[in-house]
Amino acid sequence: MRKILVAASVAASLLTVSFITEANSITGLSVKSDKNKKFIPLKGKSLFGDLKARQIGPALMSGRIIDLENHPTNDRVFYAGTAGGGVWRTSNGGATFQPIFDDHPQSIGAVALDPTKPDKNIWVGTGEIWTRNSVSVGDGLYKSTDGGVNWEKVGFQNSERISSIEINPNNPNEIYVGVLGALWGDSDERGVYKSTDGGKSWDKILYVSATTGASDLIMDPNNPNILYASMWEFRRTGWSFSSGGLESALYKSVDAGKSWEKIHKGFPDGKLGRIALAVAPSDSKRLYAVLETEKDSDKGLYRSDDAGASWKHLNNDFELVVRPFYFSRIVVDPRNPDVVAKGGLSGSISRDGGKTFRNLGSMHADIHDFVFDINNSDRMFVATDGGVYRTWDGGTTMEIVENIPVSQFYHVSVDNKEPYNVYGGLQDNGSWYGPSSSPGGIEARDWNSVGFGDGFRVLKHPTKDIVYSEMQGAENIWRYDIKQNQTKTIQPLAEEGDPKLRFNWNTPIETSHHKPDRLFVGSQFVHVSDDMGDTWKKISPDLTTNDPAKQNQEDSGGLSADNSGAENHTTIFTIAESPLDRKILWVGTDDGNVQVSKNGGKTWSNVVKNIPGLPANTWVAHIEASVHGKGTAYAVFDGHTNNDTSAYVYKTTDYGKTWSNIGSNDLYGFARNIQEDYVNSDLLFLGTEFGLYVTVDSGQSWSLFDNNMPRTAVHYIELQKQTNDIVMGTHGRGVIIIDDISPLREVTAENLEKDVHFFATKPATIIEESGFGGGSKETQFVGPNPNRQAQLKYLLKKRHIFGKMKIELYDKSGDKIADLPAGKSKGINIVSWNGRMKPPKVAKGKTFTFGAFTGPQVPAGTYKVVMTKGKKTYESEIELVNDKSSLLKSKERKSLQKTTMDLYDMSQDLAYQVYQIDEYLAKANELSKINGDVKAQAQPVIEKLNQLKDTLVITKGDNYVGSVEPQLREKISKLYGKVSGSFVAPSKAEINNLQLLKKELSEATKKLNGMKGNELSKLLSLASSNNIKGLRIKSFDEFIDS
Amino acid sequence: MKKFALLLAAGFMSSVAMAEVTKDEIINTYFENTGGLEAWGKVESIRMTGEFNQGSMKFPVTLVQMKDGRSYMEFEFQGKKLKQGVFDGETVWSTNFMTMKAEKADSEQTENTKLNINDFPDALYNYKEKGYSLEMLGEETIDGVETYKLKLTKEPVTIEGKKVDDVTYYYFDKDSMIPLVQETEIKSGPAKGQISQVKASDFQEVEGLYFPFSIAQGIKGGQSAPIEIKTIELNVDVDPSEFSMPKADEKNK
Repeated sequence: MRKILVAASVAASLLTVSFITEANSITGLSVKSDKNKKFIPLKGKSLFGDLKARQIGPALMSGRIIDLENHPTNDRVFYAGTAGGGVWRTSNGGATFQPIFDDHPQSIGAVALDPTKPDKNIWVGTGEIWTRNSVSVGDGLYKSTDGGVNWEKVGFQNSERISSIEINPNNPNEIYVGVLGALWGDSDERGVYKSTDGGKSWDKILYVSATTGASDLIMDPNNPNILYASMWEFRRTGWSFSSGGLESALYKSVDAGKSWEKIHKGFPDGKLGRIALAVAPSDSKRLYAVLETEKDSDKGLYRSDDAGASWKHLNNDFELVVRPFYFSRIVVDPRNPDVVAKGGLSGSISRDGGKTFRNLGSMHADIHDFVFDINNSDRMFVATDGGVYRTWDGGTTMEIVENIPVSQFYHVSVDNKEPYNVYGGLQDNGSWYGPSSSPGGIEARDWNSVGFGDGFRVLKHPTKDIVYSEMQGAENIWRYDIKQNQTKTIQPLAEEGDPKLRFNWNTPIETSHHKPDRLFVGSQFVHVSDDMGDTWKKISPDLTTNDPAKQNQEDSGGLSADNSGAENHTTIFTIAESPLDRKILWVGTDDGNVQVSKNGGKTWSNVVKNIPGLPANTWVAHIEASVHGKGTAYAVFDGHTNNDTSAYVYKTTDYGKTWSNIGSNDLYGFARNIQEDYVNSDLLFLGTEFGLYVTVDSGQSWSLFDNNMPRTAVHYIELQKQTNDIVMGTHGRGVIIIDDISPLREVTAENLEKDVHFFATKPATIIEESGFGGGSKETQFVGPNPNRQAQLKYLLKKRHIFGKMKIELYDKSGDKIADLPAGKSKGINIVSWNGRMKPPKVAKGKTFTFGAFTGPQVPAGTYKVVMTKGKKTYESEIELVNDKSSLLKSKERKSLQKTTMDLYDMSQDLAYQVYQIDEYLAKANELSKINGDVKAQAQPVIEKLNQLKDTLVITKGDNYVGSVEPQLREKISKLYGKVSGSFVAPSKAEINNLQLLKKELSEATKKLNGMKGNELSKLLSLASSNNIKGLRIKSFDEFIDS
Repeated sequence: MKKFALLLAAGFMSSVAMAEVTKDEIINTYFENTGGLEAWGKVESIRMTGEFNQGSMKFPVTLVQMKDGRSYMEFEFQGKKLKQGVFDGETVWSTNFMTMKAEKADSEQTENTKLNINDFPDALYNYKEKGYSLEMLGEETIDGVETYKLKLTKEPVTIEGKKVDDVTYYYFDKDSMIPLVQETEIKSGPAKGQISQVKASDFQEVEGLYFPFSIAQGIKGGQSAPIEIKTIELNVDVDPSEFSMPKADEKNK
């Protein structure tokens, strides 16, 4: 099947005239000689070629939006910075958004436009600033000077979170950046920075300490020398959060950042927390600040009417004081200093200068930012945990933007249905499952809700129509019966003698490879149930460090208590049952233990101490029990909550006694998840904070996969066994699939040495579907379907540049049935074939005949592929098989094929007849011009030919409502289209209609032949006698090929 | 950053000369390698015939470009020839598929097309004299090939009433200095904001000049459909009526 035929010698000298190039262009493809190491040098864009990711969303619940920014002069343009899905822009007033920052870390803190060149110069500060437990990280400041097509990293590599970017409207080279900085540890890369050379160099102009960063920086809209900066003392650990301290403060500079003074007159004494700040654009003296303070009575909104010289406490409504670390954003109407909107659980707005507030209209909870239209304050956009909302009535009525798929999955799983479904839980957006393919694309309506709250693990029962899902901290674990639409909560409950069960925010649930009704859940213990969660048994002791210092979640939050369960610690985070032996169990804990049992949980061994180079107590993000050996497992550790962003990736083959480090310097950012290939043990997929990495040589080298794959955090990866699809749950761009990764299994040193290597491909199924598509509209996101056509996959050693390259398909009798557009990239190429012949040739008429737009489906079988590349040819095969679910019996299928081909042939026969008529007509018209006598003889022939032609093909009208009565061509085409586009045997009505059309065609043929023996013969004689060149009618085959 | 990118490239390449390559060296080598600037300057017209390959359907296509900016694309379907994107020097017109009648493009598109009159035979040809700016953006791997990425900015075009830069990004193969890929941001319509990508391959010689005989156009990251060129003729005479918009009473013939 993959035999390569070299049919010709070295390429001709055509290409050598000016180029000595191709022969030299093999850099990067050569294979290292030490094959024992199996090191594969082909990397990234030179390797993956046409292997592209497919982003299927969903967008119906969208995801967390961090920062909104409007264009200073164009009210159609807005930007949205997201928690984990990059930067999106609308150019149509918010109807739809497009991503513009996919090649860089997707966690965004701030977006800013250069006021002097807002269409060109865009600044993006990465790293979300709403510092929840699951928050992602950034890696600095970026700038585009071409409207977001290309980006350049400016600096601030270790900033982790950038909160603000302010640009002097009178001098765009003067830029201020507020760096919030590291969340999980000390860092001196924090505070306020200034550049006076357009970002080439930076001075730190306000710094407090390694624990206190700039949470807000605002330039007076009317005086660029006046700056306000709120500094926030904060820290998160894996088990607690602290907001506030004596270092939190509000500062003002009136000399462009040279000096700063605290502006606290009217603020309470003592510790402060996060401070939200706004300056009214229409009145520089009007300032609003929202304070987090020691006393609850002091918290809330403060207003200054003298540019910060003094403050007055106005309001401490719930929406103004709720979760300051998450909602410290206040925005003033650009035209009215009394209108002010505040982020919060629901979001609220005041129209009396902050004295009273009312909640905004119904939308997703957790409001993070607002932007008012530059021309109309009734029109606003709002950033929520569930997408961008827009309003036309000042916030009373809200509607979601429906095409921003930035959903944040914590976990993903798949089932074995065809097409398979994808299951997963989302940050603040519940749990869902949806299809990997759906007629018309994967739409919002294809997704099914299977859980509330924050969603995490969602697992299909291996054999029953049951789905398990959960909400945060195992507050509920649901067993959902899809058919009955019934739920039962089944989380393990404490029994007599049990200590308090400690469940992680993202509690592990696993089904068994060996027993369908078995379910595992981890607290500090491993709980197992063999009856789908009705009864539970603990099969382990406390497998964590059980460190009491990490169990004081009631004290978490700092100045504002925040014990949501998000900081629960010393818990089990990952459970893996060996697919080869049900007694082998692996457990990883959030406090850094790796436990293994070889006897179904009777005894456990903590093997983490055997892992070289791993810091103690590093969170075990994932353990993957291998299919390639009972003692083989992979472990991924995530140290970012210890302020350690190294990637820790290890493999053991001896039950954890020894471990090898399979990470490499290629990796950027910390790792979160790993998936092995089930066939080739050298092939591994690694989910990291900054995207997906792939190795084809057991981790000696890793390549970033960025073909249509944003650099979003990949939290979980599954490999669907039937389709070989990699399915990723990303924390910011929804579900992303790479269809059929099987070619990567064959990227070996040996195959890289070949000019062309055809990959083994499974036979392609002739999909017997002819239904209707979806119903989404142009403003709604629709996830693309997989390509289900037959595919030819091959590896090219070099990019094809010179000389012709083509791919032809032949059937068993050697007849060419299709030309395929060749892929020409270096690396993996994928060429698709729809399994159809070319459409029938139809008679030339005045209009199109729509039934004949598609070719007939070819029968199942093996088709020869001939690739011609320069003077060499290479051969392979494509095999088509019939759909297993087909309702067609063999006899019916043959009847369908025969009827289709009968109509195909009839269409071409008719086309040939009309061609001949047109040729005779042209000759007769030519004769008519000679003289009156000849014209008189030719005219009746012309009339008779036209009369015949008028019955064969439409000669008037148009393709729309100006159409005229269909003639024989249209009738044949219509029946052809009807039959060839269906997957059922032709009906009696169709057969009868076919007979009628055959008869009409036969009669037309007779008429033409009759004329040939009479009038047309005389016409040719007339031509001859008038010295007019005779008529050469092409043969049927010549005509069809022309 | 750009300087750094170039220095990095030098480490990979053995030739010092390659490491110091400038944008003008790339452009000059491109024209030199494809037949020479002088020869390109003598081209008066180009007529290409080929097939547009989409699924199992193939449409014969003829593309004509004249030095004075006139151009047309004609494709054949079910025996009927239809013209699209025809420019006669003053008017841009296309055939409406419903009525099969010629219709004028809107005035904005027409004015933008007029700005391209000076882009024959190539927008990069004498780019400085035309007042275009060219910028070296660095190196990038595309289609598996290491390339130099250049940005060409032409006269601003008008989109939805607003002047915007007309920018094309070129990816030149580092070995042959041939532009293998061109990218432009789509400025209007449903795909606004996405990147249009044109990939060239199958270069062959025609009267001493090298042309791509396969041109695949699509959206970056998505599918593309190629035009496979069969013949390229230079300096052909083209009947001026081929560019003329049919008059109303001719349309229904």
